[in-house]
Amino acid sequence: MNTNRTLNVILGIYVALIFAFVFAPIIFSMIFSFNSQRFPTIPLGNFTTEWYAKILADPDVWEAALNSLIVSVSTAVIATFLGFCTAYSDFRYNFRFKGPYLALILLPPTIPLIIMALAMLAWFSKIGMSGQIYSIVIAHSVLTAPFAMAVIRLRLNQMDPDLESAAWNLGGSEWATMRHVIIPFCKPAILSGLFLTAAVSFDEFAVSWFVSGLNKTLPVIILEIVQGNIDPQVNAIGTFVFLISMTLVVLAQVFFASRQMKSMKS
Amino acid sequence: MSSKPNKSINLYALTWRLPIIFWQFIFFVGPVLFMVAMSFFLVKNYRMTEAFEFVNWSKMLSRGYFWDSYWYTVTIAAISTICAMCIAFPAAFALAFRASESTRRWAIFLLIIPFFTSYLVRTFSWFVILSENGVVNGILGYIGLGPYTMLNTNFGTLVGYMTLTLPLVVILQTVTMANIDKTLIEAARNLGCKPLATIWQVIIPLSKTGLIIAAIFCFILSFGDFVAPFYLGGSQETTLPILILDTTKSGQQWPRAAVVAIMMMGTLFAIAFTGIALAYRKRKGQK
Repeated sequence: MNTNRTLNVILGIYVALIFAFVFAPIIFSMIFSFNSQRFPTIPLGNFTTEWYAKILADPDVWEAALNSLIVSVSTAVIATFLGFCTAYSDFRYNFRFKGPYLALILLPPTIPLIIMALAMLAWFSKIGMSGQIYSIVIAHSVLTAPFAMAVIRLRLNQMDPDLESAAWNLGGSEWATMRHVIIPFCKPAILSGLFLTAAVSFDEFAVSWFVSGLNKTLPVIILEIVQGNIDPQVNAIGTFVFLISMTLVVLAQVFFASRQMKSMKS
Repeated sequence: MSSKPNKSINLYALTWRLPIIFWQFIFFVGPVLFMVAMSFFLVKNYRMTEAFEFVNWSKMLSRGYFWDSYWYTVTIAAISTICAMCIAFPAAFALAFRASESTRRWAIFLLIIPFFTSYLVRTFSWFVILSENGVVNGILGYIGLGPYTMLNTNFGTLVGYMTLTLPLVVILQTVTMANIDKTLIEAARNLGCKPLATIWQVIIPLSKTGLIIAAIFCFILSFGDFVAPFYLGGSQETTLPILILDTTKSGQQWPRAAVVAIMMMGTLFAIAFTGIALAYRKRKGQK
């Protein structure tokens, strides 16, 4: 029994170390963003808001922030719509070529982003759609729709399959049933999908960098600054990006979990 | 499911089924197929002209630097996968078998956050932490060690890959092992199986499918990442993603970059299919 307890303590410390490794870069980036040293080390320098003042005074950063906002909101709406349609089709219908149909939406995340970036860049140039903000939106909705689809599909799994038929038997048309039964039932998952796809889009840099042209998003700005040299401004922008994407992912998870709790109780 | 009356196709069904088909054909299948076609195009005076020539393929595949880069990338991605799987395992084991249901949920909740949180900034943060005068060397200095060169080495690259893959691998391993039927483990113990033997002969075989899927994802992520080898590995060795980047961005040689991309996809598909075949292969005597 004693060895068992020792083992538990060792495993506990091990898990803590893994979490420390995973969260260290995020926490240090936040600390460095308030640190006066250009090359941060131990012991830390003085507290400063210099880097924040710098980025707030930089019109490029503001423009990029606006671009990022437009891209992630538009992507979230399109990707979640596509994800919902596909999840519902998969839930409700059986049809020929369903395997390839599902592969069509689920494959993109398994292809390295650098490859998608090259393919998108070449294709958008070919069809005359490159270098625009909407090019990034389109590319991101291809990449993120599977996440929305997965979240919504899991929610539909919890729906009693007879619920839909019951609504039909009570005289509701398919469209009315969709509006009054299925969409309300999926609402938490739809919100979760919106937040998750917005987060992924907000952080994506490889594809954005290739297809954005002059319309840079925040991660693209970071990528360009980082290529130059160590510049603590990156930590300030990074802290901002971390806070937004972490908030989005937490919200996505909260909505995802809230419905699980409810369905467990019922 | 028997109560579903509609097998026929009507407007309602098509409204939900068609959007993704249109969208993915134009913006996913289109780009990928075009990239394949592009690998046969020619570049003249910095302009791409449509053609059907094998010159890009023969040029790229006959170059030593392509194959050096290819084998380096395969090797370092494989090392990354082995490291991530081994480092994650004890943590996943603890979370799956020693932690309470709610602790496990919290752990997964927390690990999902970094997986979706700016990998680029996290890598830059490592760049600062691991640098010659950085935090790690600062701490080691107090106990009279170092300074060590960690950037621009394979170690640096691997730290980046772990940052990318560890959260996902721990999550997948934990979920897989938590789903094992606990009575089978009890049974093994009661029959006198020692703890380590239980891990090797009961837990790992039972969670084989999930473990292989975790490894495949880890390999795909490491194989396709250009940030870690570029910033933390200092492009000492050119990986295939860096090769694509250089060829596209500086050389304007999109068709040759396409050749590299197709070789990468081919390799990933081969590895994924082999892995999945292994994952679902029935063991001898299993029904």
